[in-house]
Amino acid sequence: MRANGDNEVVVVLGTPDRDSTEIVTQTVTTGDPSYAGPLSGIPLGLPVIHVLDERVAAQSDPATYSSEIGLMLDALETDALVAATRTSESG
Amino acid sequence: MTELSGKCVIAIGERDGIPGPAIAEVVRSAGAREVVSFTQCFV
Amino acid sequence: MNSIGNQPCIKSVKLCLSHVPNLVRHGSKPQREIDAHPETLDEILRAARSFEDAAAYPPHQAFIGNLTPEDLEEIARPWHSKPLVNASPIGPDGLIVEEGPLLCLTAATDPFNLLRLDPQYIGRHREVLSTAEWFTKDDFDALGDGTPQETLNELVKSRGALPLLEKDELIGCVENGHSEDSSLGREIVLENLMAKSSAVLALRMLSGVEERGTDIDYVMGCGEEAVGDRYQRGGGNLAKAVAEHSWCSNATGSDIKAFCCAPNHAIVIGAALVASGLYKNVAVIGGGSLAKLGMKFQGHLRNGMPILEDVLASVAVLIGEDDGFSPVIDLESVGRHTVAAGSSPQAIAEALILEPLASKGLGILDVDRYATELHDPDITEPQGSGNTPLANYRVLASLAVQRKEISREEIPDFVGRFGMPGFSPTQGHIASAVPFLGHACRSLTSGEANHTMFYAKGSLFLGRMTEMSDGMSFILSRNTNAKKRQKG
Repeated sequence: MRANGDNEVVVVLGTPDRDSTEIVTQTVTTGDPSYAGPLSGIPLGLPVIHVLDERVAAQSDPATYSSEIGLMLDALETDALVAATRTSESG
Repeated sequence: MTELSGKCVIAIGERDGIPGPAIAEVVRSAGAREVVSFTQCFV
Repeated sequence: MNSIGNQPCIKSVKLCLSHVPNLVRHGSKPQREIDAHPETLDEILRAARSFEDAAAYPPHQAFIGNLTPEDLEEIARPWHSKPLVNASPIGPDGLIVEEGPLLCLTAATDPFNLLRLDPQYIGRHREVLSTAEWFTKDDFDALGDGTPQETLNELVKSRGALPLLEKDELIGCVENGHSEDSSLGREIVLENLMAKSSAVLALRMLSGVEERGTDIDYVMGCGEEAVGDRYQRGGGNLAKAVAEHSWCSNATGSDIKAFCCAPNHAIVIGAALVASGLYKNVAVIGGGSLAKLGMKFQGHLRNGMPILEDVLASVAVLIGEDDGFSPVIDLESVGRHTVAAGSSPQAIAEALILEPLASKGLGILDVDRYATELHDPDITEPQGSGNTPLANYRVLASLAVQRKEISREEIPDFVGRFGMPGFSPTQGHIASAVPFLGHACRSLTSGEANHTMFYAKGSLFLGRMTEMSDGMSFILSRNTNAKKRQKG
C-alpha cells in the first residue's frame, strides 16, 4: 500500500473490548503503550475509528453494514469502544 | 479525518470482535480505495 | 435421527491439568521476552505458583469437575485470590498432576530418549509415581535410573541440549532430535513430548483406569502441535503414538488439524465413524500446548498476580455406540462454517447456531446450555485481552434479540442462564467448548438438561494460508432411547 500525501490512511478497528481498543488506538497514534513491540516509541499519528462508530455506518452501504456488523452493535459495548478511539481525536 | 471514501484503510479486526474481512467489506462499500485487513487472535 | 444401533454417544470424558511452573520459561512469549530481556526470567520465577495453589485455584477445580460452572460463578473474582479450602487434585472428570511426575511420564514414554532426567530428581517423585493409577511398572522400567549430572552437563555444553531447570537446579535436558533438522530442534521436541505425555495422561484415565483400552478402535488427535521432520514438518499422527502408550493395542489413529476448532471437528468425525458402523469406539484426544504457557505473563506480573498460565491441559473423550444411557450426538444437526459463509459474526452465528437448531426444530431458548470458548478471564483480562466467553455469549444473546426471542434488556440474564464463566486455561484447542463436556454429560444423564450445544471457532488466518476463520458445532442431547440399556 502506498499513500501519497497526508491523511490518506485510516485505521478501522473491530476490537471487542475497551482495553484492546485503547491499546491498538494508542499503538497507531502516539506509540505502543507497552513499550515492547516494534512500534514502541514511534508515534504514527494515524486516524483511528471503530467500525461500530456511527460515522462508519453513515458512510457504508446499509445492507452491507447490517449483514457484516449489525449483530455486534448489541453484543459489544459500542459506546465504550467508540469513546476509546475518540480519545485519539481530541489530541 | 473520518472520511473513508478514497482512503487506504488498515482494518484491524479481532476474532471475538469483528474480523478483518468483515471490516473490509464495510469500508469498501464506503468507497475505500485500498484495504489491508488483519484479524488478531489473542487466545 | 440415526438408527438406534448406531447413534453415537459420549461415554466418558477426561480432562487433566499438569502443573508445570518450571516449563513456563519455555512458553513462546516468555522465551522471547527472556531472550530480549534476561532479567525477565527472575520475575517469572518469583511469580510461580505452588502446586497446592494451582490445585486449589477455583477454575481448575471446575475443569476437573469438582465445581460446577454455577459454583464458580458464585465466587467473586479474581479467583486466584480465592483458593478453595481442602481442594482435591482428583475430580470426577480428571486430575491435576505435579510437574515432576509428569516429566517422569514424559521420559518413560520417550522412545528416542531425547528427554533425560537427573536420577535424584526421579528419586524425589518415585513415591508419588508408585501410587499413581496412571503410572505402571512398565513405565518405571522405561524411566530407568536417569542420566547423571555430569552427562546432563556434557549434553548441554557440547551437544546443545536444552537444559531443564527447577529454579536454578539442572534436573534434565532435551536433545535435538537431529543435528541438521530444525524441525526436530530441542524446543520442538520438548513441545511435542509434552503434548504427547499430557495426552497419554488423559487417555490412560480412560483406557487404563476405566479399563476401556482394548475396546478403542481409533484414536483421533486434535492438538495444535506439529510432529514431523524437515521433509514432512506436520506429518502428524501423534494420536497413534499416544495410543501406543495408553494400552490401546487394537487402535490405530490420525490427527485432525483445525486450530482451536479441531476438538469439535474430531468429535463430529468420530461420532460419524461410530454412526457408520466402521468403528465401535473412538477416542478423541488432545495434549497440552507448551507454547501457550505464560502467554499473558506480562499482565499477571504488572498486576502483582501469580503467573496463571502454568498448566498443560489435556483431554480424552470416548465416543461409542448407543447404550441407552450416555448423551447422544445428533449428526443431523451439526453446524458447519463453509467457505461460502463469509467471515461476518452474523454468518458464523447462523452457520454454527441457527442452522443446526432449525434442523432440530429448536429455538435458541430451547437449548439448556451453550458451551463455547471458555478461556478463564482471570488470565486474559490483566493483559487487555478481555473476557472471551462473555464476548461470545453476548453475540449469542444478540442473535436471540435479533430473532425476537428475548429483548435487548434481557441480554445480561440470558448470558447468566445460558452461558457460563470461563474456567479453562488458555491452552488453545482445549479451551474451545470441550471443558464443559463432563458437566454436560452429568446434567444430561441426571435429568436436569435435555440439550447442550458446543460451538467453537478456529483462527485459520494465523497460519497465513487463508483469511478465513472456521467453526463447528454439535448438539449433545439426553439419551431418550430406553430400549437398549446395557452400558458399553
